[in-house]
Amino acid sequence: MALTRKFVDELRAIVGKDGLIVSDEGRLVYECDMHTFYKGLPDAVVLPATSAQVQAIARACRREKIPIVPRGSGTGLIGGAMAARGGVMVGLNRMNAILEVDLPNRCATVQPGLINLWLTNAVRERGWFFAPDPSSQMVSSIGGNVSTNAGGPHCLKYGITTNHVLGLELVTGSGELVQLGGVVADRPGYDLVGAAVGAEGTFGLVTAVTVRMLHAPEAVKTALASFTSMEAAAEAVSAIIAAGMLPAALEMLDSVMIGAINAGVGAGYPEGAAAVLLIELDGPNAEVEAQAVRAAAICRERGALAVRVARDDAERALLWKGRKEAAGAVGRLAPTYLLQDAVVPRSKLPLIMRQMEEIARRHGVLIANVFHAGDGNLHPLICYDDRSAEELARAKLANEELLEAAIALGGSVTGEHGIGLDKAKNLPLQYADADLNFMYRLRGVFDPDRVMNPDKLLPAHPACGEGFRPQRPVVPAGAWV
Amino acid sequence: MASGPASAFTGPDAPDLDALRKCVHCGICLPQCPTYHVLGEEMDSPRGRLYLMRAAAEGRIALTETLGQHVDRCLGCRACETACPSGVPFGQLLEATRAQIERHGTPAHRGLLTSFLYRVFPNPARLGTLLGPLRLYQRSGLRRLVRVSGVLRLFPRLAAMEAMLPDLPRGVELPELTGARGTRRGRVGLLTGCVQRHLYPHVNRDTVRLLSVAGYDVVVPRGQGCCGALALHAGRLEEFRGQASALAASLGGEVDWIVTNAAGCGSAMKEYGHWLPDVPAAQALAARTRDVSELLAGAHLPLGRLDATVTYHDACHLAHGQRIRTQPRDLLRRIPGLKLVELMDSDLCCGSAGVYNVLEPGMADALLERKVARILESGASIVASGNPGCLLQIQKGLRARGAAIEVVHPVDLLARALTERA
Repeated sequence: MALTRKFVDELRAIVGKDGLIVSDEGRLVYECDMHTFYKGLPDAVVLPATSAQVQAIARACRREKIPIVPRGSGTGLIGGAMAARGGVMVGLNRMNAILEVDLPNRCATVQPGLINLWLTNAVRERGWFFAPDPSSQMVSSIGGNVSTNAGGPHCLKYGITTNHVLGLELVTGSGELVQLGGVVADRPGYDLVGAAVGAEGTFGLVTAVTVRMLHAPEAVKTALASFTSMEAAAEAVSAIIAAGMLPAALEMLDSVMIGAINAGVGAGYPEGAAAVLLIELDGPNAEVEAQAVRAAAICRERGALAVRVARDDAERALLWKGRKEAAGAVGRLAPTYLLQDAVVPRSKLPLIMRQMEEIARRHGVLIANVFHAGDGNLHPLICYDDRSAEELARAKLANEELLEAAIALGGSVTGEHGIGLDKAKNLPLQYADADLNFMYRLRGVFDPDRVMNPDKLLPAHPACGEGFRPQRPVVPAGAWV
Repeated sequence: MASGPASAFTGPDAPDLDALRKCVHCGICLPQCPTYHVLGEEMDSPRGRLYLMRAAAEGRIALTETLGQHVDRCLGCRACETACPSGVPFGQLLEATRAQIERHGTPAHRGLLTSFLYRVFPNPARLGTLLGPLRLYQRSGLRRLVRVSGVLRLFPRLAAMEAMLPDLPRGVELPELTGARGTRRGRVGLLTGCVQRHLYPHVNRDTVRLLSVAGYDVVVPRGQGCCGALALHAGRLEEFRGQASALAASLGGEVDWIVTNAAGCGSAMKEYGHWLPDVPAAQALAARTRDVSELLAGAHLPLGRLDATVTYHDACHLAHGQRIRTQPRDLLRRIPGLKLVELMDSDLCCGSAGVYNVLEPGMADALLERKVARILESGASIVASGNPGCLLQIQKGLRARGAAIEVVHPVDLLARALTERA
């Protein structure tokens, strides 16, 4: 849809000349987020500086029934921050201030564009941190983390983003500016923060977030255990949890990923191992020391080739840098990949690992694995060359089969990345029609005219109020659904 | 696979599509990019620029003026390369893209000033000739008159150049050969550099002295020209290749290492291999080029006390271009009494970037303002950095704030602390 000149002028009046992007080249770079497979060109991009500007944009778009697509740092993995139906993309990255840090009350209020890691950086010296740590935390925004209810390696122990959001300021699709929740826990009434976290911009645009801050643990120990098979590593994961330990993180990587990370980041992961476990323990010193010994013993009992404990903070940081930049390092293996985010019950990890190897072999695809083993949250990166339609077709088949296998084992279509355009079509695998219809009506309360991030999260719906019928989302020519 | 639309890139040196495709769009580069810091716009981020380059390579867009603006606005600091886990060679892609724009497009600002800059800076003789009258300008009182008159406000790029000029020193003639002292470690050739030679001649003098004490015979070949860095970064590849070949011929004598004390020069010289694959002398020069800090790091230097609180600014073409971060810091820490304090965002560009601060004064000033604020916060009384462009830029920023902080090359401090007299 092309915007009228009058409407573009209205946007310019709201955000100013420097906050409006309408050039072809400018809009082009906003056509996708990290999931480059899904492309959708926005008709305009606005970069507001205040909540009031965001509200004025929302009102103008609602009046004209023009789609609004929120965007933070554009690091999403689900085709969430792309304009599936054109319209106005609202980049919130310039709204990146820390509004208040209130450590005595263990919270901070920030603007949505603030980069996740910058919040921890601002309080680290005082001994505090913000727990949700998606691997993209050095670039992804807190607003984006809230919208996708992002997880991360340390969510095994600390919980996911929703467990750390106390309050939200939200400009709804109806154009209202509302406060959900607040600093004090246990607000009276409905838990609307819980509903709005993970809404992926379908309720509105988050303009401020009050988050929980945590005291940094007294001690942290990070160990790397290498194994001769993915299955053995998966069994060690279950055994560690079964022994009553709750590590801060339990991450698994396969040999393909190890090679890419060593080449890309120089992290010094053991070459030649079929799988490694990155185990992090934190808490009081004595507890961490004792658990480290037990965890290492368990790994050896399960056939670990070696267990190496990081000697100092620098080595710890390097191990984590390798883990966190894994998805980027895969660029060394293939120019494009499908990144799956399915979850299986943790006890089913050895089984799904076997099935995955079989699926990869059957379709002749290269799969690199790096995932949150402690949560049973898989992240196979299925590599393909996007210049070959045939390779893409094989990658897609492997991807779908993996997803179905995970669901068959009692899992979920997504662990932490969200649904976006990518998995909306898969939701009926997990929800009954009545469940989906109910979610539709809830969305309508926040966004009565359905301007907010259309085609994302819920499968396309024929009309509000009617029975749910799955429909293909509308995406631009050339993209696959 | 059906062939798509024709690439907007043509001819030799077209940006390599396979290199462009290494970008998986993860965005880890964004927070490291100076222009993204200031503007917060995707098309002025590395990921966005790569996306535009790839779109041009795949024939989705032409080499438009808007594309040119986003490519021009890049400082070429290569902080994105340090950040990139996928190994995208951003600097080379940028230079190749600029070469295409040079060839095909004629953006508005590529006018007289640009060609003036590219003719004068990379030519030590021309630069020297020009600096004579400028010295007169500074000393005759004319500068004061011009500054008071405010006439420069009408010409922002000229004003940027004028403000940057430090007090011009008299030239220093270096001996053609300075012998090693103590245990001999080898023989090196010194690149005297265009800007370094005329604006910071004492840095060259100190470099020779330190290398000699470190055990190197130091040769300063006469008649050496420019390394070509400025032309390379601007995508003027033919000019660059000419300069690089000439330098390789004049510096390629019997030496173990070619030493430079200018980060921008060293970084460009180490890239000769990529751009001049068929010129063996250039290949050899690239392999033997070392920053002065790399050689001094491995040598014994008799250093006396120097009480000062010093902070260190990472020149982009040392930290990102050559991955040299620890050597200069370790050298400074070796000086007894010297307290090295870390500078926040020390590897975020100061805005100098060759002649960028003259061509894009607005962005350069925004970055300089941030850099100066961080320096003032650091509490240091001296800031050290290994590139003459950074020294000029930071000096200008501190002067504008009226801050009494000295801006020096690390070799300057090492030479002051040296106990063995020349």
